[in-house]
Amino acid sequence: MKILVAVKRVIDYSVKVRVKADNSNVDLTNVKMSLNPFCEIAVEEALRLREAGKATEIVVVSIGPKAAQDQIRTALAMGADRGIFIDVGDTELNSLSIAKLLAKVVQDEQPGLVLLGKQAIDSDNNQTGQMLAALCNYPQATFASKVLIEGDSTTVTREIDGGLQTLQLTLPAVVTADLRLNEPRYVKLPDIMKAKKKPLAVTSPAEMGVNVANTITLVRVDAPAERSAGIKVESIDALIDALKNKAKVI
Amino acid sequence: MSNLVIAEHDNQNLKASTLNTITAASKIGGDIHVLVVGSNCQAVAQAAAAVAGVTKVHVADNEAYAHQLAENTAQLVAALAPAYSHLLAPATPAGKNLMPRVAALLDVNQLTDIMAVVSPDTFKRPIYAGNAIATVQSSDKIKVMSVRITAFDAAGAGGSAAIEAVNEVFTADKTKFIGEEVAKSDRPELTSAKIVVSGGRGVGSADNFKIIYTLADKLGAAVGASRAAVDAGFVPNDMQVGQTGKVVAPQLYIAVGISGAIQHLAGMKDSKVIVAINKDPEAPIFQVADYGLVADLFTAVPEMTGKL
Amino acid sequence: MDTTEIERDSMEFDVVIVGAGPSGLAAACRLMQLAKDNSQELTVCLVEKGSEVGAHTLSGAVIESRAIEELFPNWKEMGAPLNVPVKRDELYLLRSETSSVKIPNALIPATMHNEGNYVVSLGNVCRWLAEQAEGLGVEVFPGFPASQLLFNEDGSVAGIITGDMGVGVDGEPKDSFTPGMELRAKYTIFAEGCRGHLGKQLYSKFQLDAEADAQHYGIGIKELWDIDPSKHEEGLVIHGSGWPLSGGTSGGFFLYHSENNQAVVGLIVDLSYSNPYVSPFDEFQRMKHNPLISQYLEGGKRIAYGARAITKGGFNALPKMHFPGGLLVGCNAGTLNFAKIKGTHTAMKSGMLAAEEIFAAIQSGDTGGKDLTGYTERFQNSWVYEELQASRNFGPALHKFGSLMGGAFNFIDQNIFGGKLPITLRDQKPDYAQMRPASEFTPIDYPKPDGKLSFDKLSSVFLSNTNHEEDQPCHLKLKDPSIPISKNLPMYAEPAQRYCPAGVYEVLGEGADARFQINAQNCVHCKTCDIKDPSQNITWVTPEGGGGPNYPNM
Repeated sequence: MKILVAVKRVIDYSVKVRVKADNSNVDLTNVKMSLNPFCEIAVEEALRLREAGKATEIVVVSIGPKAAQDQIRTALAMGADRGIFIDVGDTELNSLSIAKLLAKVVQDEQPGLVLLGKQAIDSDNNQTGQMLAALCNYPQATFASKVLIEGDSTTVTREIDGGLQTLQLTLPAVVTADLRLNEPRYVKLPDIMKAKKKPLAVTSPAEMGVNVANTITLVRVDAPAERSAGIKVESIDALIDALKNKAKVI
Repeated sequence: MSNLVIAEHDNQNLKASTLNTITAASKIGGDIHVLVVGSNCQAVAQAAAAVAGVTKVHVADNEAYAHQLAENTAQLVAALAPAYSHLLAPATPAGKNLMPRVAALLDVNQLTDIMAVVSPDTFKRPIYAGNAIATVQSSDKIKVMSVRITAFDAAGAGGSAAIEAVNEVFTADKTKFIGEEVAKSDRPELTSAKIVVSGGRGVGSADNFKIIYTLADKLGAAVGASRAAVDAGFVPNDMQVGQTGKVVAPQLYIAVGISGAIQHLAGMKDSKVIVAINKDPEAPIFQVADYGLVADLFTAVPEMTGKL
Repeated sequence: MDTTEIERDSMEFDVVIVGAGPSGLAAACRLMQLAKDNSQELTVCLVEKGSEVGAHTLSGAVIESRAIEELFPNWKEMGAPLNVPVKRDELYLLRSETSSVKIPNALIPATMHNEGNYVVSLGNVCRWLAEQAEGLGVEVFPGFPASQLLFNEDGSVAGIITGDMGVGVDGEPKDSFTPGMELRAKYTIFAEGCRGHLGKQLYSKFQLDAEADAQHYGIGIKELWDIDPSKHEEGLVIHGSGWPLSGGTSGGFFLYHSENNQAVVGLIVDLSYSNPYVSPFDEFQRMKHNPLISQYLEGGKRIAYGARAITKGGFNALPKMHFPGGLLVGCNAGTLNFAKIKGTHTAMKSGMLAAEEIFAAIQSGDTGGKDLTGYTERFQNSWVYEELQASRNFGPALHKFGSLMGGAFNFIDQNIFGGKLPITLRDQKPDYAQMRPASEFTPIDYPKPDGKLSFDKLSSVFLSNTNHEEDQPCHLKLKDPSIPISKNLPMYAEPAQRYCPAGVYEVLGEGADARFQINAQNCVHCKTCDIKDPSQNITWVTPEGGGGPNYPNM
């Protein structure tokens, strides 16, 4: 079985974002960019499935600016077999366009399983996997914390409000990774060198014949409002009263 | 304009998150209808009909919807969608699982986690884990969105909407529900808890953390900690709230003996209500707390536990 | 876990370089250029502990383009990020919180003039150099610290071992454990920057500093600000000294107007200070309130913070830079020219010379492990040596005579005699030994930060984007864990709490309950603790790869 993993280049999780002075967006000049942590978990899961004999080939696809090839190389260094890079320049595409591009890749590659991160830590959209599943008419399992493959189905444990849900999906299916699915491996130095030689196909929406138009536009970006100091209460009684009757949170 | 709110429920009870979502719909304006998809879920439909501002409740009550799977629920929502300008669901795991699938079926984009309605086509939503707020405008004919529930108050009671049955049945043939288990721990999970009680270095020792647990249990709250408390070895690392720990945004966050370094604030500043209990009146935590109590935590916390 | 018993994979290169700063990258580029010019196959591997090239690079910086020009004569066309030529250059003496005097141009030591130099982000210069290096065929590996030295049987350096990944806080391997690799090389170039932790071991093993004066250091603390465009004057460079440093604590500040309405401001405090109550961080914070500085910063927004020690002993403290199997370059050796407060051009040149020496050896069939004594000759025949020699008295004069008289000496030495005054001032006492008992001083009452111009330590560290995997052994090793409380606290009021610019060290509790707390995750890798601890009890070692600050353009 072939596994397709979609990955995104995002600001590194340890870097604090800063809104540009003109409020047009956040400032990403010279900041460290990385593989989105949830995508990294998705790649790791694909590798583990291959190591468990459940998959034979892992294809990694990324959509973004030229530099996003670095993140494909990271996934290749982790152990993926080959990459597909869809060059969209510096345009930030809405999720639906991303899902349409991925659906075309799915159509071409015919994977048995598509793995994605549950969301990217920049836009925090949490949409692409679900949209892709809809476009391909595949079953979906989001927020996965455990993925088993038996025969032509996958059994996925999902993190839901207050607990866990287990679903069995007929393959092919879309699964999106949550934080606790696994702990990604460290990349080894010789594997980084090997990754440079692994195949990486480059294409574009035009070449793929996919129309990508955004319907959501970014009007402006602001820094979050800073919280201001509230009131000091004099006693526990006053505190409980405030929480019960004013804030109504207990 | 007309809004369709997808109710979150467990076939018996309407979840509170739906009430916040109804309030978000009321900010958009126009009619508010609620869709209840489930099995043996008439009680939920009746609860939804009683919410102020709701004018109609659609109820799709069929065994096929027992587990509210995204695959067939999305088909049903998409089938009803053309009558509406806005489709809303709570930005909970359930809503987030469903709405993008609905949007893709309608060939529109989706807005996640909206926290403010600027106008019927313009919304604010957090990006970069809440470290920036984007104002976004949608040109889609039907706007599909999930709603950050802490950003909107719960709608009140007082409605008497008509309940209409939806008879269309879609099935999810490729998805089989195997089971569900509610978290075993008596305490809720840190990142999804409605109330979090956190202790800092001021708590003094691992033993002293008992008073934090006792208060948390009384409140049905999860227990967190500052990095200082983790570094000092009072609690394990997975309890850490902050920049390098977990990011939480509960309805109520009670910080006990936490000074409020920016690294900690990064992990809890989106909480709806913040309470700080600290003996140092100068502690930075008071600058972000809605309610501050300058007191010795070793007397204040047990007192609070006793009086709740 | 016994790290000596781990089975490790091994890779062989002609040259391994430790550190992707200016000296390491210049060495890497030069090596490949020579290989190409001579059609020789050459494998060069460069490891860097930062998560990416530039992540740990912090400098003023105003740099001379001399070395870049030699390395890439068409650097301008190639797009090297030297975009802001110095347009105006001013020197001030701060006299108090509210006043300053401008030093007339005629009285400024010649070395302190900056015409023809560029205001840069050294991090971005390094990112550019790394692109060139990769383009030339160097294997650049960020996120891989060189954690241990590797020796041949004859005692010569055989390369390095990269850090083990996935070791828990208890020292035991976790599920994710990935052992470090042996990177073997004919020659290894150590370009770790100031107080490199392998460099420190090499100094001791090969007694590299046996004939040198004690090395001297400073700690540089820097912030990057978005400032009001109406106050911004691209290319304006301001230096100065004086307030708030006093009582024998010396140092100097800088304020450079760079691109995009940004300015950088920083303070370098010489680590030879003796008052254990001195807090370089707090000195810097209050310094920004002087109107000379605040006039630019008011209404602006601080966007980045960081700190790094600098090696400033200069010529007299230069160690032997070669040993069997390797060379020491840049600030790891101490090639900074303190009279110019510049080290980039000299560091790069020292790296290029190392590359030339090693390439010549390899080209002649050398199989490695030799002591490349010829490096000294190349170094001595270069402009770096000439420059450093001419500036040899600058630092010692300031230490010996204080800022004012020392400054006068330097003016005479540098402007009238061009650094050729036939006297050599020496300064033999290491910085850590300068610390005097706390009982001789009263604690310094630093003003509370106002949150606009001045800030507390933790919100500053936040802006360094520093991050370390939590579950790993502490990378700040105490030789004797009891010393901070049993000796440093009573004697020096444990100065680590104050000299650390990142809030790593705290003393919690009082009296019998006093406890030394190390918040290793805050560490910005400045190395000040390793240098200044009066008991020399703290050893800085590399944490897990990729840990540490993530400076955007510092």
